[in-house]
Amino acid sequence: MKEHRVLSPTAILGYGFPASSFEAGMALKPHVIAVDAGSTDPGPYYLGSGKSFTDRGAVKRDLEFMLTAALEAKIPVIIGTAGGAGADSHLDWNVEIIKEIAAEKSLSFKMAVISAQIDPEVVKKKLAEGKLREYFPAPAPTVKDIEDSVNIVAQMGHEPMVEALKAGAEVIVTGRAYDPTVFAALAVIEGFDAGLALHMGKILECAAIAATPGSGSDCMFAYLREDHFEVATLDPIRKCTATSIAAHTLYEKSNPTRLPGPGGVLDLTQTTFEQASEGTVIVRGSRFIPDDVYTLKLEAARKAGYRTVSFAATADPIMISKMDDIVKAVKERVASNFEELGEFFLDFKVYGQTGASFYGAAGPVPCEVAIIIEAVAETTAHADTICAFARSTLLHYGYEGRIATAGNLAFPFSPSDFSGGVVYAFSLYCLMEVDDPCELFPAQLYQCDKGAIL
Amino acid sequence: MTKLIDVAAVIRSKNSGPYELTFDIIFKEQAVFEDFAAKNVMTKAVFAKLYNMPESEVLSVIAFPPSKAVKITIVRPFASGALGEKDVYGAQQHGPLLTFSY
Repeated sequence: MKEHRVLSPTAILGYGFPASSFEAGMALKPHVIAVDAGSTDPGPYYLGSGKSFTDRGAVKRDLEFMLTAALEAKIPVIIGTAGGAGADSHLDWNVEIIKEIAAEKSLSFKMAVISAQIDPEVVKKKLAEGKLREYFPAPAPTVKDIEDSVNIVAQMGHEPMVEALKAGAEVIVTGRAYDPTVFAALAVIEGFDAGLALHMGKILECAAIAATPGSGSDCMFAYLREDHFEVATLDPIRKCTATSIAAHTLYEKSNPTRLPGPGGVLDLTQTTFEQASEGTVIVRGSRFIPDDVYTLKLEAARKAGYRTVSFAATADPIMISKMDDIVKAVKERVASNFEELGEFFLDFKVYGQTGASFYGAAGPVPCEVAIIIEAVAETTAHADTICAFARSTLLHYGYEGRIATAGNLAFPFSPSDFSGGVVYAFSLYCLMEVDDPCELFPAQLYQCDKGAIL
Repeated sequence: MTKLIDVAAVIRSKNSGPYELTFDIIFKEQAVFEDFAAKNVMTKAVFAKLYNMPESEVLSVIAFPPSKAVKITIVRPFASGALGEKDVYGAQQHGPLLTFSY
């Protein structure tokens, strides 16, 4: 029976894995090593700033294992959403790490670098042609959203990776990519069912998170066959159970049976999860249903200002009981004092009350509460001014019933205020119609000779 | 009355992309899940009341038998990381579900 084997070393490149698991995976002779390096979860900052949310040293450590083993076994390595957010600066960052490893380890290989950065002019043209679609509940895209964006990326499908593999690439590193695609690309070339390949990728992209006990820093392995795939852990302390694998299908998704991606929907309505032998699970019945018009998901971030925060607390029960009114009064006082500063954002996150909860929580009255004062303004200087004024106003605010008149706040730190730098916000999250799945993802093919690009 | 926290193995919240928040309730026992799903215990209206939010912003309540799970997906009150954010990953919004009984 035809079989295609895939090693997923870790949930996110840089999250690590035990060497013993990785070696156990290589002993099973995988056809490809693939890893997803990205997520929008850490928020818009990373896409906007072009920085990675994973540590360079940790990413390098993981890649050293992967590149060395794959080149020795003569199998490809595919890295999706390089640098966490997959813009060109993230891609460059990851390519530099690969070149450094190649130089240090005297490795030579053919490398494909696939950009997912989208030119704003292309997006504007698509908007004008009616080929940009709202992706509810995200807001409908506007020209201003496009113009305000500092980095626009699109989630590529498996097609650009397929082209790179066909061109002989041994190491493929991509910008923003739909998470499961790096695991599915080679299987699609080999003629395996796209629905099963993508569902396998959906499970492998979080590596051992889908096992029990789960871990984001351990490997997973999959065997893709004609009408099913089988997933297995590589660390004897973890097992795949039908429940753990099925439950992972729910994770971070709006609907467990319908997973939309580039070019189509992964339909899991007929999917079954069967406990195979001790610790492995067989999955059948997942189907890929192509869309009539191929769409890509766009993501972008824009600059939203500069942030300064101050951390404080109170242990005064009278103040705690009046916190809502006090915060409101301090906000009004700050606003009236700085009308000339233009727009700014001031927030008080009151931990112990509703600092973390979106929907409020009427719990027991806490004996202490922490307060983070947050100011976001057009410049760091303005944010510093707003934050400092809000802090001193709150410190000495004479609320009704006040008995402790020396100061309302306990500061753990001196200085009390911290600059958080640039703040970004998501600015685009919508679908874009394309004629060709590869048209916006130019691949550059290089010969990397011990770190030198030829 | 059954306390959800007594019959669920997992109760969690998480972003599903930057604009949605999704809640998973995974039951310990198949029979309890089936009873919960068959009786339609969790509906958009029940969830909206529990979370003190508009029912129109509860997008779906879906039972998923392979994992003995019920999934609720809602509109995030703001995009992840927007000004006013409290929980970038959305992973700490499960509190009200812990208090739920039926």
